[in-house]
Amino acid sequence: MNQMDLIELQPDETFVLNVGPQHPATHGVLRVKMTMDGEYIYDAETVLGYIHRMHEKMAENRTYAQYMPNMGRLDYLSAMAFNHGYALVVERACGIEVPERAEYIRVLTVELNRISSHLVWLGAFVLDLGGFTPLMYCFDDREYILDLLESITGSRLTYCYFRFGGLYNDIDEPFIEGTRRFVKRMYKELKMYAKLVTGNIILMKRLRGHGIIDQNMCQRYGATGPVARGSGINYDVRRNEPYSVYPELDFDIPVDDGCDSYARYLVRMEEMVQSLRIIEQILAKLPEGPINPAKKPKIIKPPPGDYYAAVETARGNFGIRLVSDGGKNAYRLKLRSPTYSNMHLFDEACRGMLIADALAFMGSLDLVIPEMDR
Amino acid sequence: MSILEKTIQAFAELFPEEAAATVAVDGTAEEQTEKDSEAEGPVVARDYATRGFHLDIGVAPDQLVRAAEILFALDYFIESITGVDWPKEKQIEAVYDFCRYDFDLCRVVVRTRTPRDEPRLPTITGIYTGANWHERETHDFFGVVFDGHPNLIPLLLPEDADFHPLLKDFTA
Repeated sequence: MNQMDLIELQPDETFVLNVGPQHPATHGVLRVKMTMDGEYIYDAETVLGYIHRMHEKMAENRTYAQYMPNMGRLDYLSAMAFNHGYALVVERACGIEVPERAEYIRVLTVELNRISSHLVWLGAFVLDLGGFTPLMYCFDDREYILDLLESITGSRLTYCYFRFGGLYNDIDEPFIEGTRRFVKRMYKELKMYAKLVTGNIILMKRLRGHGIIDQNMCQRYGATGPVARGSGINYDVRRNEPYSVYPELDFDIPVDDGCDSYARYLVRMEEMVQSLRIIEQILAKLPEGPINPAKKPKIIKPPPGDYYAAVETARGNFGIRLVSDGGKNAYRLKLRSPTYSNMHLFDEACRGMLIADALAFMGSLDLVIPEMDR
Repeated sequence: MSILEKTIQAFAELFPEEAAATVAVDGTAEEQTEKDSEAEGPVVARDYATRGFHLDIGVAPDQLVRAAEILFALDYFIESITGVDWPKEKQIEAVYDFCRYDFDLCRVVVRTRTPRDEPRLPTITGIYTGANWHERETHDFFGVVFDGHPNLIPLLLPEDADFHPLLKDFTA
């Protein structure tokens, strides 16, 4: 039930509360101007742009290969999926074929990255609600993923691992062994999280019935990812618009029609299990072969026209529109980032909520500010 | 009937004289009508494998709101709005991306053009509330004024910004 139904807000007795841009609950430099009636939010206005870096202009000034490192700087928590999106759009434009082994390794690293991203979200989200312990466990587990990915990509966070048509580096035996060990460990850890967090009565009281997002709101704002799936919309780019080797893998898309913060929490927890399933299958059937195509143009020059590619990142649908004039640089590159749309509905959805619930709601949207501001 | 065909049919209302049959397939450019004055009609089905979207719809600025209404009624959600600067033609192209929460995949791109020296377009925030930020962003980067927009102030750029960085003649 929305708090709006319970109380009658009085617009003439309001005051303005400034949350951010340096507030710990916003997890980055995000500012929300809230008009409050006591503890209740009468109206809210999100202010963006504190770390806007104009990545889209940079694309026009760099060659296609030079722009790849920018992808790690957008969403620093699931950089691998952003690598994938950019590689996809350029490969589509130039008609570059990707070898099978490279496709499998791509999906493997993207799914590992998805788990590490969700672990940061889980830790930080429960921390917002006042539970400090899970953060420590989550960062411990995440450390295993960062070590694994560091061993093959060379970086711990801002990956630049994909190349057009392939990858920077092949994976080796220690990585495969380590990933196997990690998957085994993670299943146990997820059971522990379920015991520690999911059934917790405080968590449920803070999340259930709060932060309602209905399907109509999702459509009007273009919400995707766990936010849409927590509202009962079965939409995941990996299934709805299959790319790479996802059609050959067996996994489910968790959907919950609770529409509240708790539903979004459950969806993300289940997504980690599904990602583990994907990783297990890839390890079982990883084909041998090259990781880069035998024939690839030396200088990337897509034929004139515009191209689009979308991928599912940890936060939702990331799309790239590339307009090429046949030159060495992109004529125009548009980055459609998922939290930009997901955060936009906050202003409308938080009206009438208690401020404490609104901050819990904000946490359930899983915001990464650099990706929003670009 | 697939959603692609349904969408093409729904858009026939906007282009009465051309009729729905002007759909040309990208690449082969085989037009089904006798009209050969235009290489492409306003509604063009694209090859998804090479382009990444299915339907390319070019509308006049005053048809934009109606186009958004049609797409909303067909359960499309808004993905993004952006601009492309074409200084040679003295025009700014606005590009609207739509997609559906469905397994019957159909990505629709709606395009419209507005003069570069005085770019003006109607807002679609009345239909898609989420267009608000996208339009503000397009105003930031290209200077396109969206008539009827409830709050057209800089979103990503500083609040006193008087420049439009994605215009081709912009120099820092």
